[in-house]
Amino acid sequence: MMRFLLLFSRQGKLRLQKWFTPIPEREKKKIIRDMTTMVLARQPRSCNFLHWKDLKIIYKRYASLYFCLAIENQENELLALEVIHRYVELLDKYFGNVCELDIIFNFEKAYFILDEFLLGGEIQETSKQIVNRCIESSDMLQEYYCEGETDFPGTWRKYHGGVYEQTCILTCGLKGIEITAGEEYRSRMYCI
Amino acid sequence: MPTVSKGDGMRGLAVFISDIRNCKSKEAEIKRINKELANIRSKFKGDKALDGYSKKKYVCKLLFIFLLGHDIDFGHMEAVNLLSSNKYTEKQIGYLFISVLVNSNSDLIRLINNGIKNDLASRNPTFMNLALHCIANVGSREMAEAFAFEIPSILVAGDTMDSVKQSAALCLLRLNRTSPDLVPMGEWTARVVHLLNDQHLGVVTAATSLITTLAQKSPDDFKTSISLAVARLSRIVTSASIDLQDYTYYFVAAPWLSVKLLRLLQCYPPPEDAALRSRLTECLETILNKAQEPPKSKKVQHSNAKNAVLFEAISLIIHHDSEPTLLVRACNQLGQFLQHRETNLRYLALESMCTLASSEFSHEAVKTHIDTVINALKTERDVSVRQRAVDLLYAMCDRSNAKQIVAEMLSYLETADYSIREEIVLKVAILAEKYAVDYTWYVDTILNLIRVAGDYVSEEVWYRVIQIVINRDDVQGYAAKTVFEALQAPACHENLVKVGGYILGEFGNLIAGDSRSSPLVQFNLLHSKFHLCSVPTRALLLSAYIKFINLFPEVKATIQDVLRSDSQLRNADVELQQRAVEYLKLSCIASTDILATVLEEMPPFPERESSILAKLKKKKGPGKLPDIDDNRRNVNGSSEHSENTDTTSKSSPSLLEDLLPTDRPRPSSCSPAILAARTMASAHPFTDILNLNSTPSTGPNLLVDVFSDSSTSASVDVSEDNFSRFVCKNNGVIYENQLLQIGLKSEYRQNLGRIYVFYGNKTSTQFLSFSSFVTTSDILKSQLNVHAKTVDPVIEGGAQVQQILNIECVSDFIDAPVLNIQFRYGGTLQNIAVKLPVMLNKFFQPTEMTSQDFFQRWKQLGAPQQEVQKIFKAQHPMDTDVTKAKILGFGVALLDGVDPNPANFVGAGVIHTKSTQVGCLLRLEPNAQAQMYRLTLRTSRESVSQRLCELLGEQF
Repeated sequence: MMRFLLLFSRQGKLRLQKWFTPIPEREKKKIIRDMTTMVLARQPRSCNFLHWKDLKIIYKRYASLYFCLAIENQENELLALEVIHRYVELLDKYFGNVCELDIIFNFEKAYFILDEFLLGGEIQETSKQIVNRCIESSDMLQEYYCEGETDFPGTWRKYHGGVYEQTCILTCGLKGIEITAGEEYRSRMYCI
Repeated sequence: MPTVSKGDGMRGLAVFISDIRNCKSKEAEIKRINKELANIRSKFKGDKALDGYSKKKYVCKLLFIFLLGHDIDFGHMEAVNLLSSNKYTEKQIGYLFISVLVNSNSDLIRLINNGIKNDLASRNPTFMNLALHCIANVGSREMAEAFAFEIPSILVAGDTMDSVKQSAALCLLRLNRTSPDLVPMGEWTARVVHLLNDQHLGVVTAATSLITTLAQKSPDDFKTSISLAVARLSRIVTSASIDLQDYTYYFVAAPWLSVKLLRLLQCYPPPEDAALRSRLTECLETILNKAQEPPKSKKVQHSNAKNAVLFEAISLIIHHDSEPTLLVRACNQLGQFLQHRETNLRYLALESMCTLASSEFSHEAVKTHIDTVINALKTERDVSVRQRAVDLLYAMCDRSNAKQIVAEMLSYLETADYSIREEIVLKVAILAEKYAVDYTWYVDTILNLIRVAGDYVSEEVWYRVIQIVINRDDVQGYAAKTVFEALQAPACHENLVKVGGYILGEFGNLIAGDSRSSPLVQFNLLHSKFHLCSVPTRALLLSAYIKFINLFPEVKATIQDVLRSDSQLRNADVELQQRAVEYLKLSCIASTDILATVLEEMPPFPERESSILAKLKKKKGPGKLPDIDDNRRNVNGSSEHSENTDTTSKSSPSLLEDLLPTDRPRPSSCSPAILAARTMASAHPFTDILNLNSTPSTGPNLLVDVFSDSSTSASVDVSEDNFSRFVCKNNGVIYENQLLQIGLKSEYRQNLGRIYVFYGNKTSTQFLSFSSFVTTSDILKSQLNVHAKTVDPVIEGGAQVQQILNIECVSDFIDAPVLNIQFRYGGTLQNIAVKLPVMLNKFFQPTEMTSQDFFQRWKQLGAPQQEVQKIFKAQHPMDTDVTKAKILGFGVALLDGVDPNPANFVGAGVIHTKSTQVGCLLRLEPNAQAQMYRLTLRTSRESVSQRLCELLGEQF
């Protein structure tokens, strides 16, 4: 089974964490620290697999984001890599050219999509169409409010105009583009 | 950009997130968060009831703050309210909050469970899914208690929606993992297997995960899944890639499901049914064939998915380990991957080959790739790939290529990454020892190891080289010469000084004939390193010096001068000072004879499991050490691994056989005190070798013992008359004379035992100062813990008193503890010693198994060292019932219908020790005509097989 999935940026900022087994908070923080330092220290074009304690760590970089999935020892590494890719595809299909900021501003959606795809550390549904239909049908159930507060997933794009020209992470993943530090994510010195 | 107005963004949340992103420093961020927390708290506490949307927004903000790494201690109640709402988006956020911030607050869990219960009963599939997701995400015991009965019925109900079935299957899987005792097995399990035939591939995928986990725990209940899984797999691998629509992933048909099915099949041995077996073989061949076809897409996703299935198929082939052609094909395929341009594939090929190397069918095929692997070690840019190459070299090593592999590893060590050096050092040390034909090579290798990577040579490694040199007199001269030469180097590692000091102290005389290595030269060489060394090493050198005084009287004065100097006699370190004082005194007052006795050459070490191997195992964790003999990838959990942990030490016959006479009698001229002093005299690192955990030497007391003429207490003969009668029974009289009767009642559970000892006074007079205690030999001490409660010092005439002994078996053992009894009867002191019938077989747990399992295990334990056989003449009438009773009494389960010959007896059991469990299979073949028996025992440990055979062989 899978044990946890972490998404973090090149700066080591955690964007999403999903734990499939109960772990104390202290321990989680330690694992997050270990993972970010270990994965960020890897040279480009290294292999995507690492051994860590009794787990296998499968990681892949999509533009500015690292996806890091821990699986048990007898699990299949290559398929774990494709679990990551399928998740990126699902995000992309939902958000349209998904980028890191989509995941930051709509983190709850990222969790909902993940719950439809993986459950209890196992694959629940691998069909892109079915997962998307699930998410979209739940979006149809939303209630509209008249207070003018309601917005859509692209909200952040509206507030930030063209300041962040983020790269679509799926495109980079598919083309295998390695983004250099300069063009990646023209962000401020300090960001969450 | 197809951004549509879907989802319901919360503007307040987006603004808050932007604010946080705009913070220029950590402090600003914390300030902003505290402000928000105060705001939310006041909103939650305020008089005005919040509407659902605001509640949702604030709960979402709390969640975001929590995910940033801050603690959240409120809001749970609001989240529970949300999940009870009947608006979907509110419910969703409520569930998300609960799933992320699980809290074992019991009041809350009850409320949450209530909400879940309502949603499960709602028959609204979206609500049911949310509830099931929450159970699977939290998976707490309380939830299992509340829902473990309900979910199976949801799963197998005919009218359940597919998506709910999927969630229910995985939810059940999660509960089964966390609280297996609460998930009832029952009628539903049979119906779950039939989900493998479901039309919806998503349902099949989820169900396969569930079945695999259940089958790992109780394989027999899910045997019917084998044929269904093979059929399903066969349909997938032969389907055209478009047949499966959205389950085709980059032109690969249902890769997730295929891999899951292949994993499920790894819970079982190859199918017995020939048709099924050939269908499975066809599937595996098709998968192997597909690897040779040109890719249908250039995308890496295509090749990853395709190869994921291929690697899983290879895992299954290795697991079955029964089709030589498939194994060799798998090996060739991996061989191609070894040179693939994808780093990932090279990595995985190296890893898979490690397990292939352990199969007898493919070991040779793996070996043909040695040059590629060595090349990988030299040229791979990625350290984790190089690490796998080291693992594979270790796994493929045997007598034929040991020298080459050890040499390559040594040369790699010079440039290896710091993170893996220690592991490589251990591996080199183990291989060098295991495959040493000529021990000069072994000594050279270890010294090279110290030279190249001295910092990474742990104590275990240099202890081991000393153990081996001490135990093998053919290598001692060479070792002395080699260390002497190595010590000439201007800068040598401290570990070399330790080894050098120890070996020259013991065997320096063997090279003293040469004037270039005369005693004085040797001493000066060692002493030139003295001041650069740490305290423990200096202590060791001081011991070497006193040994020199014994070996070479001509340097006595020089060494005494050194010992007498202020830097020694007044050293700030207590240990060093004490040694200097004592050794100086010893050399001054003891006669040459006493010196010669006290400082005699070390006796050989009793053999035990190589401490290096133990260390490597610890480092790698269970199951990750590629053992040469047997390291199947086993999805059935780790029990097999624990049975196999000892493989390396058992498969080094050359060395072990030489060292095996464990209880080699110590020179009889030594009194125990002198022996102890000798141990001390050779520095405390040496005590470490004996005890493995360092105890500071208690110098003065021991030394006093040498000179005081303390008499040893008269020894008592140990009674062992009735010992062997207790092999197959637990209760009875163990000892009796005119005065005293000793009876035993014992019970054992796993690695623990309890013996009730009954002392009966047969006379009419009191026994006074009665005491009884248990002693164990030095070897036994580490293997068996015996704790005796004290008894009343007076036993009245005709009375009986009871004593309780608690026993814990730490590892397998041969000796038996001795019960010593002392009392006064009519003024004379009585001494009685009785060998206690605590034998290895007492720690058996019987194991029932089918004949198929039996023979599979029997085959797995096929290495020559694992089997012990004894043919002997019957000493008692050959009665089937008595024999059965004895075998049962021995502790194993009698397996009926396993052996084709009904006259034979077959048994199986597991020996439980604290450190490991050893599975044992036995077979007893009576030959009534010849009045003979043949007894065969197979266990994963040589010593266990040997001992059990000795014990049981005496019984018939």
